[in-house]
Amino acid sequence: MMNLFYGLLTGIVFGFLLQKGRVLRYEKQLGALRLIDMTIIKFMMSAILVGMVGIYAMTDLGMDVLRLKPTILGANMVGGILFGIGWGLFGLCPGTSIGALGEGRWHALFGIVGMLIGASLYAALHPWMMETVLTWGDFGKITLPGMLGINHWIVIVALIVGVVALFRWFEKIKL
Amino acid sequence: MSKYDDGGWNPYLAGALVGVLAILSVGITGQFLGASTTFVRVAAAVEQVVAPARVAENVYYQQTAARLDWQGMVLLGILIGAALAARQDRSFKSETVPPMWADRFGPNLWKRGAVAFIGGIFAMFGARLADGCPSGHGLSGMMQLSVSGFVSLTFFFVGGLIVANLIYRRKA
Repeated sequence: MMNLFYGLLTGIVFGFLLQKGRVLRYEKQLGALRLIDMTIIKFMMSAILVGMVGIYAMTDLGMDVLRLKPTILGANMVGGILFGIGWGLFGLCPGTSIGALGEGRWHALFGIVGMLIGASLYAALHPWMMETVLTWGDFGKITLPGMLGINHWIVIVALIVGVVALFRWFEKIKL
Repeated sequence: MSKYDDGGWNPYLAGALVGVLAILSVGITGQFLGASTTFVRVAAAVEQVVAPARVAENVYYQQTAARLDWQGMVLLGILIGAALAARQDRSFKSETVPPMWADRFGPNLWKRGAVAFIGGIFAMFGARLADGCPSGHGLSGMMQLSVSGFVSLTFFFVGGLIVANLIYRRKA
Protein backbone atom coordinates (compact mmCIF):
# COMPACT_ATOMS: atom_id res chain seq x y z
CA MET A 1 0.00 0.00 0.00
CA MET A 2 2.79 2.39 1.01
CA ASN A 3 4.56 1.34 -2.18
CA LEU A 4 1.59 2.45 -4.30
CA PHE A 5 1.47 5.77 -2.46
CA TYR A 6 5.17 6.38 -3.14
CA GLY A 7 4.55 5.49 -6.78
CA LEU A 8 1.79 8.08 -7.08
CA LEU A 9 3.92 10.74 -5.36
CA THR A 10 6.94 9.96 -7.56
CA GLY A 11 4.73 10.12 -10.64
CA ILE A 12 3.21 13.47 -9.70
CA VAL A 13 6.65 15.06 -9.25
CA PHE A 14 7.96 13.37 -12.41
CA GLY A 15 4.95 14.55 -14.45
CA PHE A 16 5.28 18.07 -13.04
CA LEU A 17 8.96 18.24 -14.04
CA LEU A 18 8.35 16.70 -17.48
CA GLN A 19 5.71 19.35 -18.14
CA LYS A 20 7.85 22.23 -16.81
CA GLY A 21 10.78 21.04 -18.91
CA ARG A 22 8.33 21.12 -21.86
CA VAL A 23 9.40 17.67 -22.99
CA LEU A 24 5.84 16.33 -23.26
CA ARG A 25 5.42 18.03 -26.63
CA TYR A 26 5.45 16.35 -30.02
CA GLU A 27 7.42 19.42 -31.23
CA LYS A 28 10.19 18.81 -28.67
CA GLN A 29 10.52 15.11 -29.38
CA LEU A 30 10.48 15.49 -33.15
CA GLY A 31 12.67 18.58 -32.69
CA ALA A 32 15.40 16.35 -31.27
CA LEU A 33 14.92 13.65 -33.92
CA ARG A 34 15.05 16.29 -36.67
CA LEU A 35 18.13 17.80 -34.96
CA ILE A 36 16.57 21.26 -34.61
CA ASP A 37 15.77 21.45 -30.88
CA MET A 38 17.79 19.55 -28.26
CA THR A 39 15.52 20.25 -25.26
CA ILE A 40 14.74 16.59 -24.56
CA ILE A 41 18.41 15.62 -24.80
CA LYS A 42 19.36 18.37 -22.32
CA PHE A 43 16.60 17.24 -19.96
CA MET A 44 17.33 13.55 -20.21
CA MET A 45 21.12 13.76 -20.00
CA SER A 46 20.93 16.15 -17.01
CA ALA A 47 18.73 13.62 -15.19
CA ILE A 48 21.17 10.81 -16.04
CA LEU A 49 24.28 12.73 -14.90
CA VAL A 50 22.75 13.65 -11.53
CA GLY A 51 21.17 10.23 -11.10
CA MET A 52 24.30 8.20 -11.78
CA VAL A 53 26.33 10.12 -9.19
CA GLY A 54 23.67 9.44 -6.54
CA ILE A 55 23.11 5.82 -7.50
CA TYR A 56 26.82 4.96 -7.41
CA ALA A 57 27.36 6.95 -4.19
CA MET A 58 24.69 4.68 -2.65
CA THR A 59 26.36 1.51 -3.93
CA ASP A 60 29.69 2.74 -2.50
CA LEU A 61 27.93 3.14 0.86
CA GLY A 62 27.10 -0.54 0.64
CA MET A 63 23.47 -0.22 -0.46
CA ASP A 64 22.24 -2.89 -2.86
CA VAL A 65 20.41 -0.56 -5.24
CA LEU A 66 21.42 -1.64 -8.75
CA ARG A 67 18.60 -3.32 -10.70
CA LEU A 68 20.24 -3.98 -14.06
CA LYS A 69 18.35 -5.14 -17.11
CA PRO A 70 20.22 -7.88 -18.99
CA THR A 71 22.19 -6.81 -22.03
CA ILE A 72 20.93 -8.87 -24.98
CA LEU A 73 22.39 -7.17 -28.02
CA GLY A 74 19.85 -8.67 -30.48
CA ALA A 75 16.87 -7.58 -28.38
CA ASN A 76 18.31 -4.18 -27.44
CA MET A 77 19.20 -3.40 -31.06
CA VAL A 78 16.19 -4.84 -32.93
CA GLY A 79 13.75 -3.72 -30.23
CA GLY A 80 15.54 -0.37 -30.06
CA ILE A 81 15.23 0.25 -33.80
CA LEU A 82 11.54 -0.78 -33.80
CA PHE A 83 10.89 1.52 -30.86
CA GLY A 84 12.70 4.33 -32.67
CA ILE A 85 10.62 3.87 -35.83
CA GLY A 86 7.44 4.04 -33.76
CA TRP A 87 8.72 7.01 -31.77
CA GLY A 88 9.46 8.96 -34.97
CA LEU A 89 5.91 8.31 -36.20
CA PHE A 90 4.08 8.88 -32.91
CA GLY A 91 6.33 11.63 -31.55
CA LEU A 92 5.88 10.64 -27.90
CA CYS A 93 7.19 7.77 -25.77
CA PRO A 94 5.28 5.65 -23.22
CA GLY A 95 5.85 7.93 -20.22
CA THR A 96 5.53 11.26 -22.02
CA SER A 97 2.35 10.21 -23.88
CA ILE A 98 0.52 9.99 -20.54
CA GLY A 99 1.89 13.38 -19.48
CA ALA A 100 0.91 14.89 -22.85
CA LEU A 101 -2.70 13.92 -22.12
CA GLY A 102 -2.41 15.74 -18.80
CA GLU A 103 -1.61 19.00 -20.57
CA GLY A 104 -4.42 18.63 -23.12
CA ARG A 105 -2.61 17.04 -26.05
CA TRP A 106 -5.51 14.69 -26.83
CA HIS A 107 -3.83 13.33 -29.99
CA ALA A 108 -1.62 11.27 -27.67
CA LEU A 109 -4.61 8.93 -27.25
CA PHE A 110 -4.16 7.49 -30.77
CA GLY A 111 -0.63 6.43 -29.93
CA ILE A 112 -1.60 5.16 -26.47
CA VAL A 113 -4.19 2.83 -28.02
CA GLY A 114 -1.57 1.76 -30.56
CA MET A 115 0.89 1.05 -27.73
CA LEU A 116 -1.63 -1.19 -25.96
CA ILE A 117 -2.05 -3.15 -29.19
CA GLY A 118 1.73 -3.28 -29.58
CA ALA A 119 2.03 -4.71 -26.05
CA SER A 120 -0.58 -7.37 -26.85
CA LEU A 121 1.12 -8.22 -30.13
CA TYR A 122 4.44 -8.59 -28.34
CA ALA A 123 2.89 -10.85 -25.68
CA ALA A 124 1.63 -13.11 -28.47
CA LEU A 125 5.04 -13.25 -30.18
CA HIS A 126 7.18 -13.45 -27.04
CA PRO A 127 7.57 -17.28 -27.13
CA TRP A 128 9.01 -17.01 -30.64
CA MET A 129 11.28 -14.11 -29.61
CA MET A 130 12.60 -16.23 -26.73
CA GLU A 131 13.92 -18.75 -29.22
CA THR A 132 15.36 -16.17 -31.60
CA VAL A 133 16.12 -12.49 -30.94
CA LEU A 134 16.32 -12.91 -27.16
CA THR A 135 19.18 -15.39 -27.57
CA TRP A 136 21.31 -13.20 -29.85
CA GLY A 137 24.28 -11.74 -27.96
CA ASP A 138 23.14 -12.37 -24.38
CA PHE A 139 25.77 -10.92 -22.03
CA GLY A 140 23.63 -10.89 -18.88
CA LYS A 141 23.56 -8.00 -16.42
CA ILE A 142 26.65 -5.98 -17.26
CA THR A 143 27.71 -2.37 -16.69
CA LEU A 144 30.04 -0.20 -18.71
CA PRO A 145 32.72 0.02 -15.96
CA GLY A 146 32.41 -3.74 -15.37
CA MET A 147 32.90 -4.44 -19.06
CA LEU A 148 35.89 -2.08 -19.29
CA GLY A 149 37.31 -3.40 -16.02
CA ILE A 150 37.73 0.08 -14.51
CA ASN A 151 36.35 1.92 -11.48
CA HIS A 152 32.85 3.32 -12.00
CA TRP A 153 33.90 6.86 -11.03
CA ILE A 154 36.27 7.01 -14.00
CA VAL A 155 33.33 6.29 -16.31
CA ILE A 156 31.09 8.74 -14.45
CA VAL A 157 33.63 11.59 -14.63
CA ALA A 158 34.32 10.86 -18.30
CA LEU A 159 30.58 10.93 -19.06
CA ILE A 160 30.09 14.19 -17.14
CA VAL A 161 32.96 15.85 -19.02
CA GLY A 162 31.70 14.57 -22.39
CA VAL A 163 28.07 15.50 -21.84
CA VAL A 164 28.86 18.96 -20.45
CA ALA A 165 31.00 19.59 -23.55
CA LEU A 166 28.02 18.51 -25.66
CA PHE A 167 25.74 20.90 -23.71
CA ARG A 168 28.17 23.79 -24.27
CA TRP A 169 28.24 23.00 -27.97
CA PHE A 170 24.40 22.91 -28.11
CA GLU A 171 24.28 26.37 -26.49
CA LYS A 172 27.00 27.72 -28.79
CA ILE A 173 25.17 26.69 -31.95
CA LYS A 174 21.79 27.51 -30.36
CA LEU A 175 20.19 24.08 -30.69
CA MET B 1 13.97 29.33 -29.00
CA SER B 2 11.99 27.63 -31.70
CA LYS B 3 8.59 28.88 -32.88
CA TYR B 4 6.83 26.20 -30.84
CA ASP B 5 8.17 27.38 -27.46
CA ASP B 6 6.00 28.85 -24.72
CA GLY B 7 8.40 29.30 -21.85
CA GLY B 8 8.79 26.64 -19.20
CA TRP B 9 11.76 25.89 -16.98
CA ASN B 10 15.36 25.55 -18.00
CA PRO B 11 15.55 21.96 -19.30
CA TYR B 12 18.90 21.35 -17.56
CA LEU B 13 17.34 22.29 -14.21
CA ALA B 14 14.11 20.32 -14.72
CA GLY B 15 16.15 17.30 -15.87
CA ALA B 16 18.59 17.55 -12.94
CA LEU B 17 15.60 17.58 -10.57
CA VAL B 18 14.36 14.36 -12.20
CA GLY B 19 17.80 12.95 -11.38
CA VAL B 20 17.29 13.93 -7.72
CA LEU B 21 13.80 12.38 -7.81
CA ALA B 22 15.26 9.14 -9.19
CA ILE B 23 17.91 9.01 -6.42
CA LEU B 24 15.26 9.55 -3.74
CA SER B 25 13.00 6.91 -5.25
CA VAL B 26 15.79 4.34 -5.44
CA GLY B 27 17.04 5.22 -1.94
CA ILE B 28 13.62 5.12 -0.27
CA THR B 29 11.68 2.44 -2.14
CA GLY B 30 14.33 0.78 -4.33
CA GLN B 31 12.27 1.54 -7.43
CA PHE B 32 13.68 2.77 -10.73
CA LEU B 33 11.58 4.88 -13.10
CA GLY B 34 9.99 3.08 -16.01
CA ALA B 35 6.76 3.18 -18.00
CA SER B 36 6.32 0.51 -20.65
CA THR B 37 5.67 -2.54 -18.40
CA THR B 38 2.40 -0.92 -17.33
CA PHE B 39 1.15 -1.01 -20.92
CA VAL B 40 1.54 -4.80 -20.84
CA ARG B 41 -0.43 -5.00 -17.59
CA VAL B 42 -3.23 -2.85 -19.03
CA ALA B 43 -3.26 -4.88 -22.28
CA ALA B 44 -3.53 -8.05 -20.15
CA ALA B 45 -6.44 -6.53 -18.22
CA VAL B 46 -8.28 -5.63 -21.44
CA GLU B 47 -7.63 -9.05 -23.00
CA GLN B 48 -8.81 -10.80 -19.86
CA VAL B 49 -12.27 -9.42 -20.62
CA VAL B 50 -12.38 -10.54 -24.26
CA ALA B 51 -10.19 -13.68 -24.25
CA PRO B 52 -9.45 -14.89 -20.67
CA ALA B 53 -8.16 -18.30 -21.80
CA ARG B 54 -5.60 -16.69 -24.10
CA VAL B 55 -4.24 -14.51 -21.28
CA ALA B 56 -4.07 -17.44 -18.83
CA GLU B 57 -1.88 -19.52 -21.13
CA ASN B 58 0.35 -16.69 -22.37
CA VAL B 59 3.87 -16.90 -20.86
CA TYR B 60 4.48 -13.18 -21.13
CA TYR B 61 1.26 -12.26 -19.34
CA GLN B 62 2.08 -14.81 -16.64
CA GLN B 63 5.25 -12.89 -15.77
CA THR B 64 3.65 -9.46 -16.31
CA ALA B 65 0.09 -9.93 -15.06
CA ALA B 66 -2.78 -7.46 -14.94
CA ARG B 67 -2.32 -5.68 -11.64
CA LEU B 68 -1.81 -2.19 -10.32
CA ASP B 69 1.74 -1.80 -9.02
CA TRP B 70 4.22 0.96 -8.20
CA GLN B 71 4.87 1.77 -11.87
CA GLY B 72 1.15 1.93 -12.71
CA MET B 73 0.76 4.52 -9.95
CA VAL B 74 3.72 6.48 -11.39
CA LEU B 75 1.90 6.74 -14.74
CA LEU B 76 -1.27 7.91 -12.99
CA GLY B 77 0.91 10.41 -11.12
CA ILE B 78 2.50 11.67 -14.36
CA LEU B 79 -0.99 12.45 -15.69
CA ILE B 80 -1.85 14.39 -12.51
CA GLY B 81 1.56 16.11 -12.20
CA ALA B 82 1.54 17.27 -15.83
CA ALA B 83 -2.03 18.58 -15.45
CA LEU B 84 -1.07 20.49 -12.27
CA ALA B 85 2.02 22.00 -13.89
CA ALA B 86 0.09 23.02 -17.01
CA ARG B 87 -2.65 24.56 -14.90
CA GLN B 88 -0.16 26.42 -12.72
CA ASP B 89 1.46 28.31 -15.64
CA ARG B 90 -1.58 28.22 -17.93
CA SER B 91 0.16 26.18 -20.61
CA PHE B 92 -2.69 23.65 -20.76
CA LYS B 93 -3.85 23.58 -24.36
CA SER B 94 -6.58 21.47 -25.89
CA GLU B 95 -4.77 20.20 -28.96
CA THR B 96 -6.02 17.60 -31.43
CA VAL B 97 -3.15 17.79 -33.94
CA PRO B 98 0.42 18.83 -33.00
CA PRO B 99 1.29 22.24 -34.58
CA MET B 100 4.53 20.99 -36.15
CA TRP B 101 2.66 18.11 -37.78
CA ALA B 102 -0.12 20.45 -38.97
CA ASP B 103 2.43 22.85 -40.53
CA ARG B 104 3.78 20.04 -42.67
CA PHE B 105 0.91 17.58 -43.20
CA GLY B 106 -2.22 19.65 -42.58
CA PRO B 107 -4.82 19.71 -39.80
CA ASN B 108 -6.55 16.40 -40.65
CA LEU B 109 -7.14 14.59 -37.37
CA TRP B 110 -7.46 11.12 -38.87
CA LYS B 111 -4.29 11.35 -40.91
CA ARG B 112 -2.38 12.31 -37.76
CA GLY B 113 -4.28 9.71 -35.73
CA ALA B 114 -3.48 6.87 -38.12
CA VAL B 115 0.26 7.64 -38.15
CA ALA B 116 0.36 8.01 -34.35
CA PHE B 117 -1.58 4.74 -33.93
CA ILE B 118 0.81 2.79 -36.15
CA GLY B 119 3.74 4.49 -34.45
CA GLY B 120 2.37 3.43 -31.06
CA ILE B 121 2.20 -0.22 -32.15
CA PHE B 122 5.84 -0.20 -33.34
CA ALA B 123 7.05 1.74 -30.29
CA MET B 124 5.56 -0.59 -27.70
CA PHE B 125 6.44 -3.76 -29.58
CA GLY B 126 10.03 -2.53 -29.77
CA ALA B 127 10.09 -1.38 -26.14
CA ARG B 128 8.93 -4.79 -24.92
CA LEU B 129 11.44 -6.61 -27.12
CA ALA B 130 14.24 -4.32 -25.92
CA ASP B 131 12.88 -4.68 -22.36
CA GLY B 132 12.51 -0.95 -21.76
CA CYS B 133 11.63 2.52 -23.07
CA PRO B 134 13.42 5.90 -22.75
CA SER B 135 12.51 5.86 -19.02
CA GLY B 136 13.49 2.30 -18.13
CA HIS B 137 16.48 1.97 -20.46
CA GLY B 138 17.28 5.62 -21.06
CA LEU B 139 17.03 7.23 -17.62
CA SER B 140 17.21 4.24 -15.26
CA GLY B 141 19.52 2.07 -17.36
CA MET B 142 22.06 4.77 -18.10
CA MET B 143 22.05 6.03 -14.50
CA GLN B 144 23.22 2.54 -13.53
CA LEU B 145 25.76 2.57 -16.38
CA SER B 146 24.06 -0.54 -17.75
CA VAL B 147 25.33 -1.57 -21.16
CA SER B 148 21.73 -2.43 -22.17
CA GLY B 149 20.76 1.21 -21.49
CA PHE B 150 23.51 2.66 -23.69
CA VAL B 151 22.80 0.23 -26.54
CA SER B 152 19.01 0.60 -26.42
CA LEU B 153 18.98 4.40 -26.17
CA THR B 154 21.41 4.63 -29.09
CA PHE B 155 19.13 2.46 -31.22
CA PHE B 156 15.99 4.35 -30.12
CA PHE B 157 17.63 7.44 -31.61
CA VAL B 158 18.90 5.68 -34.72
CA GLY B 159 15.36 4.47 -35.56
CA GLY B 160 13.81 7.81 -34.62
CA LEU B 161 16.31 9.93 -36.55
CA ILE B 162 15.80 7.90 -39.73
CA VAL B 163 11.99 7.99 -39.60
CA ALA B 164 11.67 11.64 -38.52
CA ASN B 165 14.01 12.80 -41.26
CA LEU B 166 12.29 10.64 -43.88
CA ILE B 167 8.80 11.92 -43.12
CA TYR B 168 9.86 15.56 -42.79
CA ARG B 169 12.15 15.43 -45.83
CA ARG B 170 11.76 18.45 -48.10
CA LYS B 171 10.05 17.61 -51.34
CA ALA B 172 12.53 17.62 -54.22
